[in-house]
Order: sequence, then C-alpha cells, then structure tokens
Amino acid sequence: MSQLSVKHLLGIKDLNEQDIQLIFKTADNFKDVINRPIKKVPSLRDITIANLFFENSTRTKLSFELAEKRLSADTISFSASGSSISKGETLIDTVNNILAMKVDMIVMRHPNPGAGVFLSKHINSIIINAGDGAHEHPTQALLDAFSIREKYGDVAGKKVVIVGDILHSRVALSNIFCLQKLGAEVMVCGPTTLMPRYISSLGVKVEHDLVKALNWCEVANMLRIQLERQDIKYFPSLREYSMLYGLDKKLLDSLNKPITIMHPGPINRGVEITSDVADSEHSIILNQVENGVAIRMAVLYLLAGRADK
Amino acid sequence: MKPRKIVNEQEFQLTILRLCYQLIENHDNFNDTVIIGLQPRGSFLAKRITEELKKITGNLNIPCGLLDVTFYRDDFRRRDDVLIPQSTEIDFIIENKNVILIDDVLFTGRTIRSGLDAMLDFGRPKLVELLVFIDRRYSRHLPIQPTYVGKTVDTVTEERVKVSWKETDGEDAVYLFTSKEN
Repeated sequence: MSQLSVKHLLGIKDLNEQDIQLIFKTADNFKDVINRPIKKVPSLRDITIANLFFENSTRTKLSFELAEKRLSADTISFSASGSSISKGETLIDTVNNILAMKVDMIVMRHPNPGAGVFLSKHINSIIINAGDGAHEHPTQALLDAFSIREKYGDVAGKKVVIVGDILHSRVALSNIFCLQKLGAEVMVCGPTTLMPRYISSLGVKVEHDLVKALNWCEVANMLRIQLERQDIKYFPSLREYSMLYGLDKKLLDSLNKPITIMHPGPINRGVEITSDVADSEHSIILNQVENGVAIRMAVLYLLAGRADK
Repeated sequence: MKPRKIVNEQEFQLTILRLCYQLIENHDNFNDTVIIGLQPRGSFLAKRITEELKKITGNLNIPCGLLDVTFYRDDFRRRDDVLIPQSTEIDFIIENKNVILIDDVLFTGRTIRSGLDAMLDFGRPKLVELLVFIDRRYSRHLPIQPTYVGKTVDTVTEERVKVSWKETDGEDAVYLFTSKEN
C-alpha cells in the first residue's frame, strides 16, 4: 500500500494502522533529511499551503511552517487576531477567499471541535487538522507515538499513561486512538472532575492515583492543565493539583522502574511536571518536538501527492 | 510471450568485472572517489561493484552510499499513487570527491536528473560520472549520457528491461519484456 486511505487528516479516528505505519515510514526518511546539512527537498515546490490559526499556537504553527518550508512549499500564515474574522466573516467565506488565491492545502487550528470536518464538507481542498477545540490533534498524537516507537522500537504492547486534564485535551483523545490502533495499552489518570464521563468506553484504563499509574506504565505523557478552556473550577487550587498529580524527581526515583516522560507542550513547570523531571534523561520532550517536523512533513507529503485526483 | 534473456549469468559477471576495470583505469586507488547507488535497484549494482573493486584493488575503504531520489522526482502529483521513499545511506562527505553515480537501467534519464539534484544536497563533488548496467538507447527525455555502460540495448518505449539480482530475484540476469507483459 502506498497511499493514505483518507483525503484529509481530520483526526486519528479516521486512520487505520497501515496509514499510521505509512506515515511513520515516510517520517523516518524525512527525519534523515532534516538532519542533513541541506535540510530541504523539492517535493512540494508547486504547492501553496495556508496555515490558518484561529487559536494561539507556538510549537504546532512553527513546526508546520518549518515542515512546509523543508518540503519547498509556498506558505501563507494567518492568525485570527488582526484578521477579518473579527469583522464577522464566516469560516467558509474566509477559507473560500483564501482558496480563490489558488491555495492547495489548508492547515487549520480552530477552537471549535469539528471545525476541520465541517470545512472538509464545504471546501474543495486538502485539510489538515492542527487541533480543533477539545476534539483531536492528530499530528501531535502521531509524533507522540513516533517518539515512543523511536525510543522502544515499537509501540505495540507498550503501556502508556496519559496524566492530567483529559476532559479538555484534544491531545489525549488523539493519543488514545493512535496508541490503541498501534496496539499499545492506554491508561488515563487525573482527578475525577477532569475525566470525561464515558472515557472507559474507549477501552482505556482509568486510574486516579498517580503513583499506581506510574508504576503500571512504561511511558507517561504529562498534559498541561488547560485553564483557558475551563469554564468552572475543576479543582481547589493549582497547588493541590500539583501535589496530587504533579510529577517530581522524588516521585520518579521512587518508582519500581525507569519510565519515559513525554509532554506535548507548553509545559507549566512546577504544575504538572517539575523542571528536574522535564530536563532529566528520562524525558523525550525535545525529541517529540524534533519528530514533529518529520511527522508533519510526512503527512503533508502523503496528502499532497494525491492533490490532483 | 516469455521475456527474453538478453544477458546470462556468465555475461553478467564478465560485465561487472569489465566495468570495475574501467573504473580502476580512471580512478586508480579510489582514494578520492566515492560510489553512490540510486535506490532501489541501483543499490545492488553499487554494492556488487564496490565488493569487486575492494577485491581487485585491495583498498577496503571504498565508500559506497545509497541515495533515494523520491523527494526529487519530477512526477510527484502526476501519478496515481504516492511514491514512498526508501532509505538514503550516505555517511561520508562528497565535497570535492569524484562521485560515481550508479543505476541499473538508464531509460529516460529522469531518475538520473533527480539523482543529481539529490546528490548535490550532500555537497559539491569535484566530478560526477554515471555508470549503468543497461543503457536503453534512443529513449532519453533529457540530455544525459552515461560514462560507463554494461550493455547497450535498443528498445521501444513499450518494452521493459529488468535487471534481476541474486540478492532479491535469485538470479543474475537481464530480461527484456515486450509490451503488455508484467
């Protein structure tokens, strides 16, 4: 099989295992490319990509832009602040206007869940979801799983715990889908108030005790508390949260085996994870960032390859 | 119709040896020369030639790399399927070196064009030569000519030439397929 089963990348839910493996295999090659003296290949030189970020982003936006540039694509970027969105233009109008300028692909982050799916039904272009509300963040899940594969050789059979604000996290949902499709065991851990009610129907283990969760897992993915999405108070204080669900060096050293620490960023040092853990040899946080560029190059390459169909 | 065998195993070995001696005439002890095989099928020839050269010259340090040209091809988005890359394995410097670029069959010249582009991303060589096992004459789309040729064959576009390798196909031989086969 040499192409993806999907036309857009809207969520991991739509992908099958072969798709994910194909993305990984292609990303292996792009990882070689970005570690060369000349980090650029001409594959997408006749493609124009619009990065539409209706919500703040540093890492994902830069990572996508870099991936596009490494593939020689032309890029235009757009942030919601300072745009005509504030003048009342609808999403479809905005995107159609951009497409009228002969743009081939859209990378979009949007605060509303399902924005990418909605757009794909009304727009004739390739859409890559760079995060839609609390729904999915597919490239983050792919790069997380890719980083686990890089560290352990394979994702299948690995035990991964996702700790923190599961309720508001698109990273958690995409990670659950991705890891399960690749055969990993997934556990979620966090306070009951930050746990979606029917989360166990996804086939994940649920644990509220961080120490038990960490002793069970091989990899811990520590999520940030998404204060910007929290409409009410879900826990008494950040200090209490960090006492119960924060990972520090003392806790890490007390575990029955060494575990790998991941974080999708941005880190709130001292809340979900302390500096000495984030910067320890167990952490692969910066590898995740590097792999993010390779994964996004692979996704762009594989989706662009069928653009004219 | 069955494919026609145009090079048998004995001729195959002789051709590889002849190509090696031709290379030695121009590159002496290979101290400033590197070999790069184009993925996927040029890599077999590159490895075979490097092994023979090591035996003949006694220089066991002849660098041999593999270059994947997928990202440099000119038919991206013009095919039904997306091209999936193979690995590139070049762990040496090509800056100021003599490079022998190797592929099994030279047809339109487009792969070699991609190969030249891909190779230049690894540095500026002093000299680049092209070695191919089979040169299909009169079918070039680009002004590209090989420096060393194993065998020249005259074919029409519908025909296909396949170099078969012991490593993957169980036999060293070259076959000519006429139209609509395989």
